[in-house]
Amino acid sequence: MLADKDRIFTNLYGFQSPGIDAAMKRGDWDGTKALIAKGQDWIISEMKESGLRGRGGAGFPTGLKWSFMPKESDGRPSYLVVNADEGEPGTCKDRDLMRHDPHKLLEGCLIAGFAMRAVAAYIYIRGEFIREAEALEQAIDEARAKGFLGKNACGSGYDFDIFVHRGAGAYICGEETALIESLEGKKGQPRLKPPFPANVGVWGCPTTVNNVESIAVAPTILRRGAAWFSGLGRPNNTGTKVFSISGHVNNPCNVEEEMGIPLKELIEKHAGGVRGGWDNLLAIIPGGSSVPMLPKHICDTVLMDFDSLREHQSGLGTAAVIVMDKSTDLVKAIARLAEFYKHESCGQCTPCREGTGWMWRVMERLVTGNAEKSEIDTLLNVTKQIEGHTICALGDAAAWPIQGLMRHFRDEVENRIDTYRAQAAE
Amino acid sequence: MSTEAKFAWTPENEAAAQAHIAKYPEGKQQSAVMPLLDIAQRQNGGHVTQEIIEYIGDYLNMAAIRVQEVATFYTMYNHKPIGTHHVQVCGTTPCWLRGSDDIMAACKKTLGIEKGETTADGKFTLGEVECAGGCVNAPLVSINDDYYEDLTPEKMVELLEKLAKGEDVKPGPQNGRQTSAPLGGPTTLKAFVGKGKGA
Repeated sequence: MLADKDRIFTNLYGFQSPGIDAAMKRGDWDGTKALIAKGQDWIISEMKESGLRGRGGAGFPTGLKWSFMPKESDGRPSYLVVNADEGEPGTCKDRDLMRHDPHKLLEGCLIAGFAMRAVAAYIYIRGEFIREAEALEQAIDEARAKGFLGKNACGSGYDFDIFVHRGAGAYICGEETALIESLEGKKGQPRLKPPFPANVGVWGCPTTVNNVESIAVAPTILRRGAAWFSGLGRPNNTGTKVFSISGHVNNPCNVEEEMGIPLKELIEKHAGGVRGGWDNLLAIIPGGSSVPMLPKHICDTVLMDFDSLREHQSGLGTAAVIVMDKSTDLVKAIARLAEFYKHESCGQCTPCREGTGWMWRVMERLVTGNAEKSEIDTLLNVTKQIEGHTICALGDAAAWPIQGLMRHFRDEVENRIDTYRAQAAE
Repeated sequence: MSTEAKFAWTPENEAAAQAHIAKYPEGKQQSAVMPLLDIAQRQNGGHVTQEIIEYIGDYLNMAAIRVQEVATFYTMYNHKPIGTHHVQVCGTTPCWLRGSDDIMAACKKTLGIEKGETTADGKFTLGEVECAGGCVNAPLVSINDDYYEDLTPEKMVELLEKLAKGEDVKPGPQNGRQTSAPLGGPTTLKAFVGKGKGA
């Protein structure tokens, strides 16, 4: 188990004040000026060395992403945008980071913004997180009052400010280009890439979009050193991670743990175990609703990191672990996710707009068993026609949970069709 | 024809609108359309109207249709009056696994309305929200600006009855736990416990 001294988010649960004085006692805003003085190249190199991979789901190396930003301006300003549009079902970690440890995010914004030569950061927070947005606004006011933000931030000679932009209820705005559109005051419909945001982002300017956690861990990584962070976890899967454990566990919770912790250990140590004991486990969605579920026999031994989960055709995603015990109607659980994706499709690409609704309707019939067995293959075929054929990854995200269900529990779906038929024949 | 007074910012909201516009670069005031719609919706008692959409279009120098697109794309803008308490039950899988169907049923029974309806006294509107992002505190509902978490049907009924009587209710977990920490106390960082919110 990760030692407390290696935990970054020491106020994860809000036992202490989120205010700046308490935050500084916990080590935030400590020597920020000196970190900035080491220069952009040093910061980006340390971030690369740390092995940090983006904490928003895709796992792209954070330092490398920062290095894509232009080193010299062609006249356009550069921007850092923080993706706080947390809404992937199962995921609720950034909420805690923002309401309980907001200064880690703000200090991270300054350092990351400096490293990528940005003039300002915009934190795009989901509209429903009203209290969390207020916590951020208050933290920004505190940091400005102390001279940590604004002109000559932290006495570094660098001018930098941070603004909060609230969304208004659209999951799709968690997609970086939809988020950028939304920040420009438009419908959140993803853009075609290229051009990539590092070239043409918000208001046509170079932009990097990072997840809250990716930015919030940066100051600690730079203070303690890349070697400290990369010494945790496994190669290519380094550091600590905030996990959200929901569903059928005795004590659902958020917890920061070491990357690569065995899934079973994570649940038993922190979430009080599976309801009814480990043997009562049926399946787990290990990384937020978009990643395929895993049956118990894989959960017995799988490690919680990008590469281990990918080996089992799933993914770490946002590290949101959704636990389902043997009482669960898995078909209905996935049908509900299908309904979610239908609701959240932005409607721009035909395969997604039409396909998410179609998949949901078929899934609802599979819940009752009122279907032909051949429809399972048709459904899988449709998931493949959506996956990879849309501008953004929402189509993929809608396809994968269904593929995961059929990969591991097709028998269950077929049995249900048999049962429905037998009852209808009586 | 509407006989209501024409919409215009209150002085406080005008100042708030200007503060939002000032966050964005010169000439990019369209970026403020979302916060302005939110402010206008609150000023108008919970929903936006065609008049408000046109007012904000004029205010930000953008076509009313562009404002309309935004106002109809995002789910948090209401287009018809809502009750004093906007109760939205999260029903996405993590909440569903922990009994959100029973929470919704308790709301329907107590309030005597279906999803999307408002009680006759105008006190409550009932809705469903897609993943509210508080999954380790499931099941939860949002009521106006706050989340009420770790609910049981009994706790839900109690909440609604208190709100109906105008009594205070406490947001957050309803089972006594500290935010997202495990019930019974954290398994980590125990040295940071017990210093209180004011520490």
